[in-house]
Amino acid sequence: MNLQSQTFKGGIHPPHFKKSTENLTIERAKTPDMVYIPMQQHIGAPCEAIVKVGDSVKIGQKVGEAKAFVSAPIHSSVSGKVKKIQKLDTPTGNATTIIIESDGKNEIHESVVSKGKIDDLTKEEIVEVIKEAGITGLGGAGFPTHVKLSPPPEKKVDTVILNGAECEPYLTADHRLMVEQPEMIIKGLKAIMKAVEVTKGFIGIEDNKPDAIKVMMEASKNEKNIQVVPVKTKYPQGDEKRLINSITKREVPNGGLPMDVGVVVNNVGTAHAIGNAFETGMPLVERVATITGSGINNPRNLIIKIGTPFKDIIDECGGFKDNPGKIIMGGPMMGIAQHSIEVPTIKGTSGILVLDKEEAKIPDPDPCIRCAKCVDICPVNLQPLFISKLSLKRMYEEAGSYNALSCIECGSCSFVCPSKRPLLQSIRVAKREILSNRKKS
Amino acid sequence: MENMLYGSSSPHIRSKETISKIMIDVLIALLPATLASIYYFRFNAIKLIGISILTAVLTEWALQKFMNKPITINDFSAVVTGLLLAFNIPASAPWWIPVIGSAFAIAIVKQAFGGLGNNFINPALAARAMLLASWPVLMTNWVTPGADAVSTATPLAILKGEAEGTLPSITNVLMGNIGGSLGETSALLLIIGGLYLLYRGVITWKIPVSYIGTVMIMTLLLDGGFTNMTYHTLSGGLMLGAFYMATDYSSSPVTSKGQIIFGVGCGILTAIIRIYGGYPEGVSYSILLMNVASPLIDKYTSPKVFGEVKKVA
Repeated sequence: MNLQSQTFKGGIHPPHFKKSTENLTIERAKTPDMVYIPMQQHIGAPCEAIVKVGDSVKIGQKVGEAKAFVSAPIHSSVSGKVKKIQKLDTPTGNATTIIIESDGKNEIHESVVSKGKIDDLTKEEIVEVIKEAGITGLGGAGFPTHVKLSPPPEKKVDTVILNGAECEPYLTADHRLMVEQPEMIIKGLKAIMKAVEVTKGFIGIEDNKPDAIKVMMEASKNEKNIQVVPVKTKYPQGDEKRLINSITKREVPNGGLPMDVGVVVNNVGTAHAIGNAFETGMPLVERVATITGSGINNPRNLIIKIGTPFKDIIDECGGFKDNPGKIIMGGPMMGIAQHSIEVPTIKGTSGILVLDKEEAKIPDPDPCIRCAKCVDICPVNLQPLFISKLSLKRMYEEAGSYNALSCIECGSCSFVCPSKRPLLQSIRVAKREILSNRKKS
Repeated sequence: MENMLYGSSSPHIRSKETISKIMIDVLIALLPATLASIYYFRFNAIKLIGISILTAVLTEWALQKFMNKPITINDFSAVVTGLLLAFNIPASAPWWIPVIGSAFAIAIVKQAFGGLGNNFINPALAARAMLLASWPVLMTNWVTPGADAVSTATPLAILKGEAEGTLPSITNVLMGNIGGSLGETSALLLIIGGLYLLYRGVITWKIPVSYIGTVMIMTLLLDGGFTNMTYHTLSGGLMLGAFYMATDYSSSPVTSKGQIIFGVGCGILTAIIRIYGGYPEGVSYSILLMNVASPLIDKYTSPKVFGEVKKVA
């Protein structure tokens, strides 16, 4: 592999906006008085609450049991008493939520013990540990990790890639984690590699984080199977199929999964959580997130207990500057706008981004001038202008014939559009309509 | 209301690029050629360019006002159309030529089809074709640069043997010190502006390179070698057409492959018209012909989706 940064075709260069937090050491957020732990924090089936109102719980104690294969158990992030179990809003929808009042003692549950050396465990045992630790993808999508690590026997996996691209503007959580705790990430990577029985591990990091590249190279210099690969700083480099293409030059088939080309991709944050689950036995009860944006007083990188309301965290970061315009869970390109700051932090909360009123304004669209910028940059070679036009005319089937369903929703087209047209927004509508029409027929 | 949050689906940030910024870039790119035109053709150039731009902007404003549509003259697209039309008429043209041309370009070619982004052919070129068909003598009455403008012929007409005279030197052709339309004379300044547009990302290399390249190869092979190729390349609106007119967003294909096919098509047509056709010049008609083929080209050059599996027949 040559020394030049690897990359893929298409993509955009949004401003980074990372300056305000990229050099800030990760700090631990205060333990909240009350945590709100939703039973649905991942892609897949929701969990069932296995505690009752009035029960005492400790940190790391399982409170939600996964009943399906594509699901992941959920644990308490504080010690204290279960006050209520009810439906509440979460950053991604609405779910049964266990409300636990913290007793402030932060006592750790007796089940939390080191799982021993990875070398001494079988691959089945490793996957079981990861599953029981409730680990899901921490990059944002929240896919249960043990499912990714259990490919069907006919899929030959030969490569593991850790995603340290962090291509979303503003976010620096993964960056700081790599700089501060590289050993734990390497440990997690080795567990993943053993779980899928491969001998080749890559860590892809965007080249705008030279310090992270250096630290990770240093930490992995004695691991001859692990290679740090600088990748070009370009959005959406951190999309797993783009990253696979950048590093291995393989193309995941349209509609397929990374395992179809023999690759498993995990976020560096996920690897860190896995490393931690083996070393200390602590399941996924907290995560690092970047709290930032033009509308926040003191941007920070914080370790946040799952279930902490956004409001507590925003207060800890000095509160809002003026009136906030938009509050986003995740980054500005793919994050989800929130309607309230009462929602809790979940496993997929990679950041809380607050935009001021000016930045949050939704621009008025001008007519499409067919400049073709959206066609030039689409990482999956779509023609967003045509799909969007058809979607706005409610011609969804025709939009489908322009491969609307292949859209990865990275938002690059909407970003570059000089006419500020709602390209991705209308493509999403087309996708939803096509899928629901298919179900009907 | 003050504490209301904006809620919308991602992405939540947009680039700073706008239509007016693109149009201003085009105007900046055309500035050197505009100044050269004024230097060579003096007051005539100022008068015709001014009238042309003013008519274009006023027509757009009046039509949108009349149709109760949002007024979009501040996106500068009408200014670009007016300027490009002026670039396509001779310095000797009477004042009403650009008036009719600009009004036609904006009213018929642009607004009647739905305004910016919906014109299926280049408005300035369509207007030029209309003017040339209606007033062929006025539209080909070329004059020499300078204060005492006397009638002259374009290098391409001399080359074709349609007009008397000696070919100007390549240096004069490059600098624009020759007979021709207002803005098409200085190849060098048009190229500099074109490079600026490439640098700014307003246009890509595909259409200009494939267009100019095709004309160069065709004329080299079919019209008497290197010297003639040089004149074909540097004179007669090829640079103006390739960098500023063929690249018109709404009337050219959006796919990369399509843009190259479009450029090659323009090049072939231009060379054929110039070498075998009745006109010494062929840029306008080639681009207009390829404009109408654009939707078809787009249709057949739809790119393969990333990771698309070949269907087994």
